Amino acid sequence: MIEFVLCLILFCIGLYCVVRKRNIIKIIIGLGIIEYAVNLFFILIGYRAQGRAPILAKDQTVINMVDPLPQALVLTAIVIGLAVTALLVAIAIRIHDKYGTFDITKIRRLRG
Amino acid sequence: MELQVLLLFMIFAAVVAVEIEDLLSSVIAVGAVGLGLSLAFLILKAPDLAITQLVVEILCLIILIRATIKKDLVLVKDGRWLFNTVSTLVFICFFLVLAYFALKELPHFGQPIMRVAKEYIAYGLQETGATNIVTSVILNFRAYDTLGEVTVLFTAVIGVLAVMRKIGRINAK
Repeated sequence: MIEFVLCLILFCIGLYCVVRKRNIIKIIIGLGIIEYAVNLFFILIGYRAQGRAPILAKDQTVINMVDPLPQALVLTAIVIGLAVTALLVAIAIRIHDKYGTFDITKIRRLRG
Repeated sequence: MELQVLLLFMIFAAVVAVEIEDLLSSVIAVGAVGLGLSLAFLILKAPDLAITQLVVEILCLIILIRATIKKDLVLVKDGRWLFNTVSTLVFICFFLVLAYFALKELPHFGQPIMRVAKEYIAYGLQETGATNIVTSVILNFRAYDTLGEVTVLFTAVIGVLAVMRKIGRINAK
């Protein structure tokens, strides 16, 4: 159970960063930490004690595999996370071009 | 045991990434979190994820360094510092209360339920011919999921291209 609690602490650090910080890059970093925590949580749910990786071998039968389903879901979620980070950074660079700052409290003029 | 040590290292690196003032150091610290996560996947018997996480983390680091290379350092501590911190902590406490009820319902660590995955492990080899069960789940049993995720991926790539393009803007530099 201690692993779940540690994973939750990691999530809360990311949540604090997203809600509290004012620099856009810091907010993107916080989102990244949240994403790591959620991926880790999925894999922790599917882990079996003294388990084996879900890969079949030719000359032996494996009976204690870990759960392959969360691994398959997380494998695509990791790649999606990269694309989302790239999109966020692109928007942040565009905001920096337009307003000259990364501070979210100074980005107030919503002109077209 | 090594998993807990690794998770503590990741939490430490995450705190450093959140609280340090220099943006480039912050990006490096979040890279440490990601590489620690890659090692954690390896300990948790997910080698495919460890490889993917390693590659994605390096690409993510390159993208974030590209954003922080302009050196815009914002350190604002105005009069509402106390109010902002207290409201954030109240929000996180509310979240933790909800998470406490959710944690009680979870299966114990090391004993997964595996109601669906039992079928995948039993019939994965003869139905798909892939010795790696994760591959057979991604590309055969749940191929529509993968199709949807690839759609999201390409939508995000199109979004990046649309946001970053210079040609065609009215006030292009």
